[in-house]
Amino acid sequence: MKLSPIDYVIIALYFLFVISIGMLLKRKVKCSSDFLGGHGGKRGIPLWITSLAFISANVGAQEVIGMAASGAKYGFMTAHFYWLGAIPAMVFLGIFMMPFYYGSRARSVPEYLKLRFDEKTRGLNAISFAAMTVFSSGVALYVLAILLKALLGWGFGFSVLLSAGIVAVYTFTGGLKSAIYNEVLQFFLVVMGIVPLVYVGLKRVGGWDGLKAQLPGVMTHTWQYMGASSDNPMGIGLFGMLMGLGFVLSFGYWCTDFLLVQRAMVARNMSDAQRTPVIAAFPKMLLPFVTILPGLVAITLTHLGGDFSIPLKADGRMDYDMTLPSMLIHFYPSGLLGVGLTALMASFMSGMAGNVTAFNTVWTYDIYQAYFCKEADDAHYLRVGKLATIFGILISIATAYVARSFNNIMDLLQLVFGFVNAPLFATFLLGMFWKRATGHGAFWGLMGGTAGAALTHGLTVAEGKGGWLLASGALPLHEFRSGMGQAFAISILAWTVCFVLTIAISLFTKPKKDEEMRGLVYSLTEKPKETEARWYLRPAALGTVVLVVTVALNFVFR
Amino acid sequence: MLNELLDDLRFPIGLLFSIFSAILVTLGLTRPLPPGADVNLNLFAGGVMGVFGLFMLFFALWAARAAARAGK
Repeated sequence: MKLSPIDYVIIALYFLFVISIGMLLKRKVKCSSDFLGGHGGKRGIPLWITSLAFISANVGAQEVIGMAASGAKYGFMTAHFYWLGAIPAMVFLGIFMMPFYYGSRARSVPEYLKLRFDEKTRGLNAISFAAMTVFSSGVALYVLAILLKALLGWGFGFSVLLSAGIVAVYTFTGGLKSAIYNEVLQFFLVVMGIVPLVYVGLKRVGGWDGLKAQLPGVMTHTWQYMGASSDNPMGIGLFGMLMGLGFVLSFGYWCTDFLLVQRAMVARNMSDAQRTPVIAAFPKMLLPFVTILPGLVAITLTHLGGDFSIPLKADGRMDYDMTLPSMLIHFYPSGLLGVGLTALMASFMSGMAGNVTAFNTVWTYDIYQAYFCKEADDAHYLRVGKLATIFGILISIATAYVARSFNNIMDLLQLVFGFVNAPLFATFLLGMFWKRATGHGAFWGLMGGTAGAALTHGLTVAEGKGGWLLASGALPLHEFRSGMGQAFAISILAWTVCFVLTIAISLFTKPKKDEEMRGLVYSLTEKPKETEARWYLRPAALGTVVLVVTVALNFVFR
Repeated sequence: MLNELLDDLRFPIGLLFSIFSAILVTLGLTRPLPPGADVNLNLFAGGVMGVFGLFMLFFALWAARAAARAGK
């Protein structure tokens, strides 16, 4: 497809603005915490920016493309990833966990683990997180380059170097603040660039009622087909959905992922830090209508057999990942098409920038300062942080190239990270709410949980994957209906193993002294003083509102 | 006042969307609709972006002016 010159002008304008934001913020970078983030305090960032950056850091990379794809494949059940798999965990993070993250004045999530538990638990978390962020950033680059090649015919190397180069310029100059500012810009671009598509799409199929009339019931309901895993295309039953997605995976991601928590840590005060994820939950709650609905419209139009249909892969199956991009090209006139494509590129690039800026913080504070050079002046760590930014981007580029030649390596990496992440929430839950939990308990609990996850994956199969621990010819312990069902089961098991193991080992090992854990654990921390005078703007009140509205949405679209 | 303005994220956001809006509205008014389209998407989307962009610019300017006055 060829873009018109005006679309290129729009894309170029966006690049220009992104780089200028980085250049303008350069004046403000004076010490390592200006560049890398850390505890916000007086020099912190306003609440509306931290909230939108929080949501945008999540809506980055694959979500915009992926949710439309899931919408076309699984239907409106995909909304569970928002209303069940995000909102409750976001509110929990804000109200119950931020007091410890922010109150401890830790500069990163691994650093909290160091303060609460010990050095080895921090090291484990820091190293796995650092590896995960640079690889995710590489995957974002790879997917973006593949997309630009398919849509615009740009060469792989050109796309990779162009997007990585722009991200490098604005993260190197402005640091974390620049990444955060550009995430906010990206949020508005995604909304403005995709809402018109929802509008024309729905108009074409006769609105929500038209979708309901033309699609089978399972595609337009969230809960009605959840009774058994055989009833819905996701292949997931009620227990797996509630425990796997609703509890372990969502709380594990939203409440422990430093990339997200970092956005709240740089807020100006405790009340703002607590409200960052809670306020972010409001747009998150409405996003299914922006990200999933285009997928539903696309599959309806494909069934109707008009002038639009979802493109096919070489093997004749539908290429769901192309759902959203192909709709943009089909429905948008040049001009708006430029804005739509800019929104897609922005979401990939800011996803990458978010990962790189989280990587450089964890690298500098939790790996370099912890293991290589404990006592140096601040200017030294600022230099290390800047070098880590460039280093992170170089690894991302390398990852993108590796992913292009060996697609399986990407799957393998994501699998391994899944094993590492699944048990994490058990560690944080026990660490924050049970003062008896010890460093040995936390470390070996995490190890055990990861091993449990790998074992489950090795002994069960789903869609022909897994079962690598089985002797040839041996029957798997269980065959899952879908890969997603298997992933949910693995996470539930890993969480349980970590939870039980941490408690058991903690009971046999020596706990930290109470005074060392003040501000880090629930029973030894004063409730944060509420600084917001108006009760309806306090974290708990806002959290209640967002939960009530989410329940109502679930009811309406049940 | 320029310093305050450049520090305010609302300023670049407002400016970018105002420029996008100007481009889209011009296209919407001057180019014929593509065959099959029943909505002038460029015009409407550009209009919404314009309202949003100008609002952001307005608030950024307002805050910068207030800060400049307080500084004096």
